[in-house]
Amino acid sequence: MILVLNNEQVIEWMKQYQEQISKNKHMLSELDDAIGDGDHGNNMDRGMTEVVKTLEEKNPSTITESFKIIAMTLLSKVGGASGPLYGTAFLEMSKASKEDAELASLIEAGAQGIAKRGGATAGDKTMLDVWLPVASELKQKSLTSQKLEDFMNLTKDMQAKKGRASYLGERSIGFVDPGAASSKMLFETLLSAIK
Amino acid sequence: MSKYGILLVSHVSEVVDGISRLITQVAADVPITVAGGTEDNDVGTSLEKINQAIIENEGEELLVFYDLGSAKMNLEMAEEFSEKPLHIFNTAFIESAYSAAALLQVGVPLAKIEKELEPLIIK
Repeated sequence: MILVLNNEQVIEWMKQYQEQISKNKHMLSELDDAIGDGDHGNNMDRGMTEVVKTLEEKNPSTITESFKIIAMTLLSKVGGASGPLYGTAFLEMSKASKEDAELASLIEAGAQGIAKRGGATAGDKTMLDVWLPVASELKQKSLTSQKLEDFMNLTKDMQAKKGRASYLGERSIGFVDPGAASSKMLFETLLSAIK
Repeated sequence: MSKYGILLVSHVSEVVDGISRLITQVAADVPITVAGGTEDNDVGTSLEKINQAIIENEGEELLVFYDLGSAKMNLEMAEEFSEKPLHIFNTAFIESAYSAAALLQVGVPLAKIEKELEPLIIK
């Protein structure tokens, strides 16, 4: 059976994600304090609050439109690196959804967008270390909440090769990557919205 | 309109204002515009500020210098929307902006400037 994403699910997904981000923004900023610039929680909270508001105002009827609104809002409202990265992911998902609404291909397109924009690969201690394995788990219909937790925690022992944490060299080891943590929440709420 | 302009992008507006002041000394006739900080002037970069600085620059093509990685990501997004060609340099920010400004002022061609800046590539 192929899992197809519909627009109601996308709207519900974004609402749940905004709640999760808002609830955990201090935790995300603390993770970012350890190895980055300490603003990931607030940046994502500002961005997602605006996403939910804009989706309500514009009331899009297709996932292509919804993903595009999410992308443009994150691009303009999130100041740090997560703006262009999440923004590009949703923009690529919007483009891919014109062909096919299958969940695994959409997330795969998003992951490729992030890789292109940030120039990172697997193991660089970035959000891609959640997005890439999630894309392949979705293909095999085997993604679980526990696996998400595991993907996020695997970034702890990695040394950062991209982003602000990379300036710390070996001292970036021992901390969970904040982008991996917010991405874990993104996919946890996705699982809950499509249940 | 001049053929080439310079665009400076930083996470902090004072940084680009300062570099602009520095390089104007050697490049009085080169169009220079800047994008620093987020929309609220916090530390970060803003796609809209970058778009604006591209439009306002009188150069037909822009040589672009930036500080950290996320500035580059927003620059690459801006490049997709921009009608002007952007030449983004992954070089030491201040040294290469200064050098490019001085060379543009005396009419050195772009290919030669790119060659001159090669040893300054650090990111």
